[in-house]
Amino acid sequence: MNAEPRILRTQAEETLALEFAAARTQLPGSPAIAAAREAAFAAFQKLGLPHRRTEPWRYTDLRALLRTVPPLAIGTSGDDVVVADLLPGLDRARLVVVDGAFRPELSDLSGLDGVTIRPLVDLLRDGDTRVGQQIAPLNDAVVSLNSALMVGGVAIDVPADARIARAIEIAHVTSSAVASHVRNLVTIGADASVRILETHLGPAGSAYQANIVTEATAGDRAKVIWAKLQSEGDAAVHLGTLAVSIATETQFDHLTLMTGAAISRAQTFVTYTGENARAGLFGATMIRGKQHADIALGVDHAVPNGASRELFKAVMDGRAEGVFQGRIVVRPDAQKTDGRMMTQGLLLSEDASFFVKPELEIFADDVQCAHGATSGEIDEDILFYLLSRGIPRAEAETLLVTAFLAEAIEGLGDEAIGDAFEEIARNWLATRGQEAA
Amino acid sequence: MPAIQETVDQVRQIDVDQYKYGFVTDIESERAPKGLSEDIVRFISAKKNEPEWMLEWRLDAYRRWLTMTEPAWSRVQYPKIDFDDLYYYSAPKSTSGPKSLDEVDPELLAMYEKLGIPLREREILAGVEGASDRRVAVDAVFDSVSVVTTFKEELKKAGVIFCAISEAIREYPEIVKKYLGSVVPVTDNFYATLNSAVFSDGSFVYIPEGVRCPMELSTYFRINERNTGQFERTLIIAEKGAYVSYLEGCTAPMRDENQLHAAVVELVALEDAEIKYSTVQNWYPGDKDGKGGIYNFVTKRGDCRGDRSKISWTQVETGSAITWKYPSCILRGDDSQGEFYSIAVSNGYQQVDSGTKMLHLGKNTKSRIISKGIAAGRSDNTYRGLVSAHRKASGARNFTNCDSLLIGDKCGAHTVPYIESKNASAVFEHEATTSKIADDQLFYCLQRGLSSEEAVALIVNGFVKDVIQQLPMEFAVEAQKLISISLEGSVG
Repeated sequence: MNAEPRILRTQAEETLALEFAAARTQLPGSPAIAAAREAAFAAFQKLGLPHRRTEPWRYTDLRALLRTVPPLAIGTSGDDVVVADLLPGLDRARLVVVDGAFRPELSDLSGLDGVTIRPLVDLLRDGDTRVGQQIAPLNDAVVSLNSALMVGGVAIDVPADARIARAIEIAHVTSSAVASHVRNLVTIGADASVRILETHLGPAGSAYQANIVTEATAGDRAKVIWAKLQSEGDAAVHLGTLAVSIATETQFDHLTLMTGAAISRAQTFVTYTGENARAGLFGATMIRGKQHADIALGVDHAVPNGASRELFKAVMDGRAEGVFQGRIVVRPDAQKTDGRMMTQGLLLSEDASFFVKPELEIFADDVQCAHGATSGEIDEDILFYLLSRGIPRAEAETLLVTAFLAEAIEGLGDEAIGDAFEEIARNWLATRGQEAA
Repeated sequence: MPAIQETVDQVRQIDVDQYKYGFVTDIESERAPKGLSEDIVRFISAKKNEPEWMLEWRLDAYRRWLTMTEPAWSRVQYPKIDFDDLYYYSAPKSTSGPKSLDEVDPELLAMYEKLGIPLREREILAGVEGASDRRVAVDAVFDSVSVVTTFKEELKKAGVIFCAISEAIREYPEIVKKYLGSVVPVTDNFYATLNSAVFSDGSFVYIPEGVRCPMELSTYFRINERNTGQFERTLIIAEKGAYVSYLEGCTAPMRDENQLHAAVVELVALEDAEIKYSTVQNWYPGDKDGKGGIYNFVTKRGDCRGDRSKISWTQVETGSAITWKYPSCILRGDDSQGEFYSIAVSNGYQQVDSGTKMLHLGKNTKSRIISKGIAAGRSDNTYRGLVSAHRKASGARNFTNCDSLLIGDKCGAHTVPYIESKNASAVFEHEATTSKIADDQLFYCLQRGLSSEEAVALIVNGFVKDVIQQLPMEFAVEAQKLISISLEGSVG
């Protein structure tokens, strides 16, 4: 390998180095965590912010996109924060995390009998070894940065055999123009059944940066529904990562809905540690104006007999850029793996762009893997059919776009969350053209 | 199934890892001193009697190359190449340049005969019976020089220029100056820049306006000398409304050390022109332990410069220790079309990282990619492709299908497509599958009395059929045999 010549640090990288140096003593955690922070920051410095030549980040060049970094949020601020309800009508318990601090007084923990909820800070102080375990193999600059600077979040423990009927929302709120680094830890026991909802929001017009890393493990035969709604403020940068490992016969269904932020990236990494596990991974992106949204996926079939289904849909209007990078790896012993990945982009305007890179990396021979990708505009023939039946153009387009996205949203297999997300999609379409492109 | 039976029979006759073109021709040759420097570049240029501008062009490239670093992004692994440990020029002593067949060293002619390459005019390509009316003009390149070009006179009558590129630089400097480096710029990439500095020979084809080339053109590349790198350069220009079909074949002796082959191929299609470029790549792949073999690092690119022009790449990749190439189409003209049909077979320790790029720049441009990868043994087979539509490429259309077949559990098959659409009306479709030969298909064949080798050959031939159909007939037969041979030893 050639040594990559290290280019001079960008202004953002410089700022981060200064901020880390200033904050390292104030950041929470045991000595072991403090040492891990140092190592993580060294790893980040070695990697630098991802750029065009960082293959997994190819289409999201943070070196160019992140010009400055706002001050770090460390265990303060946001006292007067008002947490908006993005999903009215959806019954769920709610854990509110403001700028990385878990806020029990803003939360609603009813209906979660048996579930243990602790602020992540407690785990950091105890030096809980589970922190950092799932993300260890990732070698991703943004995740390393989070490991160095994480200030808190929540830890959720769902015991074995628990059946939690009420969905659990982790509401991530950023209060002002800060850089927040949130870490969550979710442990789901064997045979448990749970629905997790991740939401992300913050003030409009505020150039805040949210870096959220969630580590999760799901036990044998657990059934997990996990939905993420990224509805950050329009000037925000959202960098979200979920690293989850699934065990024998686990069923894991995940949906990401991306609609907010100026620049956003949602990474999901799924590792199979037990046989006969099944993952359904779905995504829907709706962006416009100058928004840039990137969904990245890493599926690691490390053991035999795993199945995965991926369906990603993106709608781009205005000058928006949609990105999907997916990677399915089938390791040498992972025979009988069955993987299917589909990505579809719909460009609603002349100036929108869509970049796709669906990768298959296969080392086992007895497998069935396929991927597909399409990109295009609304089919004129179908539109004509609707117009000829007296449906106005705007309404016809809304109908078609909703149907396009619905396929991915409904893939999650949870009616209540699906309905709530489809409502968001309809609202987004209803305001189409009203915003300045 | 006569063709299949034939392939199976052929496979039987051959021992594992026997490469039938692996012989060395004992011929006295003249080489440049080992290593690379400005002096070597001057030496090559002087050997070719090149005009001053060409030498300058090479030297510029060489100086540029010194500032570049080797790319490392592909999914192939090999020890670092010592560019100072190679001979950059080697030519049979008896032949200083292409001349008439009578003057060619009989030893060389014997070699080409052994390879089944018809250098005597009116001979036909081996392997096809009842095709005596079909003639193919051949440019034979041996190490660093073009030995002979056949049918030159007849082609000239049609206005077609088909000669060694070194000859074209002397005879047709205006055309060469206009097009050389216009598709693959000197600074394009590490290996293309190296090639620009030290390229030795290759073919030059010019089809004038409105001419349909009266016969298939073909270049046969042979590396013979030890420790040499072959750096060929091919330039094909099809003027308005012209048509040409060009075939390329290549072999090398079996040697323990790895040899470098870094070619550059440039195609230019003007308005309404069509170029069909077919390759059967059968460089020595190394022995069964992965020792030896050719590093095939090639830059191939076609420019559909005129409206309604068309460039079609067809490749059958069975040889080389490492194949690293992406024959591409720049679809610049409105309504232009690009096609890429590929079969890449890897066995033993071979590594393939190949695919294509379809760059849609003009309006209503169309492209089609069909790629079939077959991995066996301990090989790695990667498809890497880019399809992009630029802002102005309204109505662009692409269909991509890449399928991989795995034979055995020690090999890897990978698919890395890049799709970049900056135009709403561009419609791109991509599909890819990876699987092994289905047990039920095998069972069906076995149950009808085929042996497992026959069954695999039958299924594999069915798998690659879409691509084989795109090859000129002479090559299709050859390709089918090659695929079976490459997979020899991988069944059971």
